[in-house]
Amino acid sequence: MDDPRPSAVAIENLGFSYGEAAVLHDLTLTAAPHEVLAIVGPNAAGKTTLLRCLEMVLSRWTGAVRIEGDDLRQLSARDVGRKIASVPQSHTPTFPYTVQDVVLMGRNPHLGTVSQPGAHDVQIAGEAMSALGIRDLAQRPYTQLSGGQLQLVLLARALTQQARVLLLDEPTAHLDFRNRHLVLARVRELADRMDLAVIMTVHDPNDALQYADQAALVAEGALVAVGTPDTVLTVANLELLYGIPVDVLTDGKRRVIIARQGT
Amino acid sequence: MRGRRFPPRLIAMALGLLAVILLSLCMGRYAITPGTVFRVLASRVAAIVPTWDPTVDTVVWQVRMPRALSAALVGAVLGCGGAVFQSLFHNPLVSPYVLGVSSGSGLGAALAILLGAGTAVTQVSAFATGMVAVSLTWFIARSRHDRSHVTLVLAGFVVGSFFSSLVSAVEYVADPSTKLPQIIFWLMGSLASVQWRELRWVACVSLPCLLTILLLRWKLNVLSMGDDEARALGENPVVMRLVFIILTTMMTAVSVALSGVIGWVGLVVPHVARGIAGPDSRRLIPASILLGAAYMVIIDGIARTATTAEIPLGILTGIVGAPAFALLLQRARSDRG
Repeated sequence: MDDPRPSAVAIENLGFSYGEAAVLHDLTLTAAPHEVLAIVGPNAAGKTTLLRCLEMVLSRWTGAVRIEGDDLRQLSARDVGRKIASVPQSHTPTFPYTVQDVVLMGRNPHLGTVSQPGAHDVQIAGEAMSALGIRDLAQRPYTQLSGGQLQLVLLARALTQQARVLLLDEPTAHLDFRNRHLVLARVRELADRMDLAVIMTVHDPNDALQYADQAALVAEGALVAVGTPDTVLTVANLELLYGIPVDVLTDGKRRVIIARQGT
Repeated sequence: MRGRRFPPRLIAMALGLLAVILLSLCMGRYAITPGTVFRVLASRVAAIVPTWDPTVDTVVWQVRMPRALSAALVGAVLGCGGAVFQSLFHNPLVSPYVLGVSSGSGLGAALAILLGAGTAVTQVSAFATGMVAVSLTWFIARSRHDRSHVTLVLAGFVVGSFFSSLVSAVEYVADPSTKLPQIIFWLMGSLASVQWRELRWVACVSLPCLLTILLLRWKLNVLSMGDDEARALGENPVVMRLVFIILTTMMTAVSVALSGVIGWVGLVVPHVARGIAGPDSRRLIPASILLGAAYMVIIDGIARTATTAEIPLGILTGIVGAPAFALLLQRARSDRG
């Protein structure tokens, strides 16, 4: 039976400009629990800006965003942190915190101003680390990790926030082939298992094909198409988006997008 | 489990601090045995028939005790302030001194001395100019789109030099026979004339600041991730940082008003504390407080016993701190490749 759930995230006519230059206009998108929504588009299309508006790092946007029915603008920083967790695209460590200390920071929105994480929080952080297979790294300084491990630590920190919406900004930008698929497969699995609505920006449309339920194609800050990856990641749309000739190859079940450059 | 409430290393540091304070009560031109010091101290709370010279009582209770406690308090404030600023600006090369708070506060205090103001006015004026200095530093460093660690440090040096020049201007107009020597000796840093009354004043401001920082200290971990990530973690970094800057500047300003401009402590102590207790603020802040306190008690002990004349504290901390800072700067550069 189909249970009509409310959207976890409902974005309506979102617009944002840096001074005179409009970066986003009139974006309308929704993401439901269990769903991975991939934002696909070329560099400087406004993908990261969109996520920063949702995180409230950028606050002077126009339009409306509802998170589980609540107006995002009306929420305090703390409430936003309880409803939306995010993994940054790049992170430069300053101090050699242990992996556990970093993951525990995800408890911040659940703790009062003068309280510190207690046994309950340590347990939640432990569960997040176990879910991502990094529990044995708990006492290691996070400055000594590989790019893939660091990404998993930041993902564990986001899970520890126990938010219903997870934002990922090009989660595989600095990862090798193996880690890229490891991280995306975990994200996919978490969306299903933990009831999360995931919104991620991707730089390779193949990531959307393989791991997303919905793909939103964005160019120059405007929505080009939105729908299931198979229906919107077409040769025509991709050529419009990236401005180069592409082929979509298939073996009947799976599809892969390649650039026709140099053939 | 690592989550123990009182990790053994912090307990060891606290005991070390007590030992150093006791030792400083015994040492000096007039050597007193630890046993006598104990009995003098105990006679304050228990009825003990004095078997010692009244001079001993005066030396221990009126001279050395306020001085040792002042050194401990100033060291705690400087060590803690350094650790707070390093987390706040996610930069291991800063301290209130490096970012110009100390020179800024120095100007306010020098002006107050010039005008012959009382303790309260001196402290308020030191706080006001300290806040102006750190705000200027933050503003200069931020207006460039450059997040390098060195930019903030350079901005701090610029602001620090500017305020030092203003202090020189105050010295220039000061009466050379009365006010000028007073300002100069105070600037070089000394606890030689500290009395209980002054210590009480400073403690009234800096102990509540230290306590509040201790209560809030876990937030420093979150803030050290940078503004954008702190916000994503549900924190309002702008408000929280302002709270920490005000607390740190307030306690730094009152300790500058008491002891003069003492550099380098806030830079070196947190690094050593991080080596011992780790980078987690839950341990780093208490460790920096204890270590800073012990360090200043030792430095002050050397200042008053090494030679027949008093050595200004700023000179001693500079001799230790400047080479240590050079080392850190070099390491930070090589990390960058």
